[in-house]
Amino acid sequence: MRDTEVRVRTHIVQRVAIAPGRAALYRLLAIVLALFTGGLFLLAVGFNPFPVYGTMVQGAVGSASNLREMVKIAIPLCITSLAVTLAFKMRFWNIGAEGQISAGAIAASFFALNYASWPQPLLLTVMAVAGILAGGLWGLIPAYFKARFNTNETLFTLMMNYIAIFIIQLMREGPWKDPHSGFPKVPMFEKSARMPQVLGVHAGWIVALVLVILVYVYLNRTKQGYELTVVGENENTARYAGMNVKKIILRTMFLSAAIAGLAGMLQASGADRTLTETVAGGVGFTAITVSWLSQLNPLGILIVSVLFACLDKGSGTIRSVYNISPSTSEVFQGIILFFVLGAEFFINYKIIWGRKGGANQWTH
Amino acid sequence: MELRGLSKAFGTVKANQNINLTLYNGEILALLGENGSGKTTLMNMLGGMYAPDSGTIHVNGRSVTIHSPADAIALGIGMIHQHFKLVDILTVAENIVMGTRGDRRSRAQLNEYIQSISQRFGLAVDPSRKIYTLSVGEKQTVEILKVLYRGSRILILDEPTAVLTPQEIDKLFAILRKMRDEGCAIIIITHKLNEVLAISDRVITLRKGEVVGTVNTSDADARSLTEQMVGRAVDLSIARPEPVNPKPALAVKGLTVQGTEKNKALCDVSFTLMSGEILGVAGVAGSGQRELCESIAGLQDSCAGSIRFEGEELRGLSPREIAARGVAMSFVPEDRLGMGLVGSMGMVDNMLLKKYQEQHAPLLDRKPAKDLSNRLVDRLSIMTPDVYTPVKRLSGGNVQKVLLGREIASDPKILITAYPVRGLDINSSMTIYHLLNEQKIKGVGILFIGEDLDVLLELCDRILVLCGGIMTGLVDAKNVTKEQLGLMMTGCSLEGGDRACAIPR
Repeated sequence: MRDTEVRVRTHIVQRVAIAPGRAALYRLLAIVLALFTGGLFLLAVGFNPFPVYGTMVQGAVGSASNLREMVKIAIPLCITSLAVTLAFKMRFWNIGAEGQISAGAIAASFFALNYASWPQPLLLTVMAVAGILAGGLWGLIPAYFKARFNTNETLFTLMMNYIAIFIIQLMREGPWKDPHSGFPKVPMFEKSARMPQVLGVHAGWIVALVLVILVYVYLNRTKQGYELTVVGENENTARYAGMNVKKIILRTMFLSAAIAGLAGMLQASGADRTLTETVAGGVGFTAITVSWLSQLNPLGILIVSVLFACLDKGSGTIRSVYNISPSTSEVFQGIILFFVLGAEFFINYKIIWGRKGGANQWTH
Repeated sequence: MELRGLSKAFGTVKANQNINLTLYNGEILALLGENGSGKTTLMNMLGGMYAPDSGTIHVNGRSVTIHSPADAIALGIGMIHQHFKLVDILTVAENIVMGTRGDRRSRAQLNEYIQSISQRFGLAVDPSRKIYTLSVGEKQTVEILKVLYRGSRILILDEPTAVLTPQEIDKLFAILRKMRDEGCAIIIITHKLNEVLAISDRVITLRKGEVVGTVNTSDADARSLTEQMVGRAVDLSIARPEPVNPKPALAVKGLTVQGTEKNKALCDVSFTLMSGEILGVAGVAGSGQRELCESIAGLQDSCAGSIRFEGEELRGLSPREIAARGVAMSFVPEDRLGMGLVGSMGMVDNMLLKKYQEQHAPLLDRKPAKDLSNRLVDRLSIMTPDVYTPVKRLSGGNVQKVLLGREIASDPKILITAYPVRGLDINSSMTIYHLLNEQKIKGVGILFIGEDLDVLLELCDRILVLCGGIMTGLVDAKNVTKEQLGLMMTGCSLEGGDRACAIPR
């Protein structure tokens, strides 16, 4: 074959489908590579990677108390991922879960701080309802503007985050400031406003498990879930079928934000036992990763959010045991995420490498 | 250009098998084949979109590898797609040079150069005009200029006549002949047999990814070509049963729709659709057909007029309200996956779309939709792995059967179909015509938006002609010629006198 003028370029094509076994292999490979590269990094900063990895696993699931701490991290992550999944399924980019969590926590704290004398079951119920409504309304604002004026929900929900977080700061330094404390903070909740413990972890984990099932059923089995999927996939067809698209946007976004609001209430009442400005603490953003990594599948969300919590808890442990600086352990976490997310790219796309030569050299 | 043993498979589907094809300079080659016969795959391999699995491509005696559209252009292969790829707000000249490098000519020089190409091939268009001011035919001229400017000597045209009036088609063919005489090699893909016979020198027929025949056009006729394409004799005649006991079904009066800009997309359109008739709508693409369909279906706001069904005013109602009033109306939109179906969902979930609102429980019952899907698969012989396969993976003909099947299954009294055979091969098209006739005999009033005038003339009882949103004619299909329709489509009414389109498009 003669040389040709035209050379093949390296390019990327989308895969039509991939065998499940192959996808699993890629994911496994990604984890191995992640551990290997992470190990090189640890070596470079002066640690023997093997005991560090061992400590990480130990820190995440090695003892009952570590396990409980890990679950505590997983609860808000799982619930918030379920929340944003509802919106994402409708192709509504709700990146305002941080704000919705905060709004829910603020509303719940209002009752926790002012009505601590109520009986615990009543107070917790009221707090939960308040968190759900406040979160939902916080999300309804951008949804209304999207439905009415077609504003960009990405910017809108993002900006609402800062408003909610600054409201917490305002309350902390003003009306809700703890009078017995030197520096500005909200007082600890009374016992009546704290989530009870079940198996050593606050009862939010039960709520999370129930929500996994509810969201799964809602998306896959109900009329409303069907409607929001159609709106997400094809708004024209939704209008064609006589759906009230605006109403569906408002309803779905309210539900999405309401679940995030509930996560905020659980975090304040169950984990923090007070209101802090880090009540969301980035969970609203991590939830976006978890949600997509799980391909918007509620059962997948449960698994992925537990794995994320393990990673988080494990690197927290190596931080304290080996006196590794927080930024070092974050780089380490980043390396692992890089490979795991990178594997998804290779599962969805394949790369065709460029080479010189004639058409008979094509192989895939 | 020569192709030797070209093959391409997608998974287990062999899209192209051992294709041998020779294209000579100075000839027009027609490529014929049903949907899914591998025409598009073959063209995409030449255009650099796909890489062949095996086989070689030779251009001017040299073996080449084409791996991107840029490579194809470098080899002098120019593709003209069915859908124009032009930037509306830029000028003709700007669109032509876009994406090319190293041309340092000034605007004036460029315009001059483009005009020199235009004159050589008889392509009349002013390089300094903006694209949005051009007619569809002129836009196509720009597409051709674009590939000529890039020095292409091999032209591939994919369904170039789909959006043109008969007069514009004649013009296009004149241009193609001129280019052939200048020594260009041209491949034309089309479904319309009379065009194949009119323009080509040779015809190559593909079936199931293989070349099944090469004939000189002078030795072929419509019947023999169809037989070769389908593999058996096909009755090409379209039946037109007489309407039985026609009664007014849908009365449209003075319907006016505001367009996206200041002008009106539809202006004072009046007609009465009878039960048991097929009323065709002819017109150049974008003459208000979409607005007409969507305003009747309740998807588009109209600003004046009335739409009455059995005395009930439908104008201003939403699709759900129309259905709630017991109006049995079905609408098959032109872009099936853009409106009407959800591409990523399977047949079952797409069947649900029409009826799910009648279910009152919050939980969905998918059983009736599944039964309906299975019935349709049997009755319309829809080719799908199963009823849960995303419909966007089905071929165009099958997608249309899914949509039309669902709409017919709801027992409509009025059926609005926009370009129901667009992109479908002869066999599937005949099936669709047959289905429409079946409904017609049942007494359904059918509004048929069409683009192939031959089909409109054969299938419809009456034809309404739109030009720029104005009704320029409502004629009996038996007493009108294609040429007369063509004239009405460009704004002349049948009574003579130039009723120019008052609305600029």
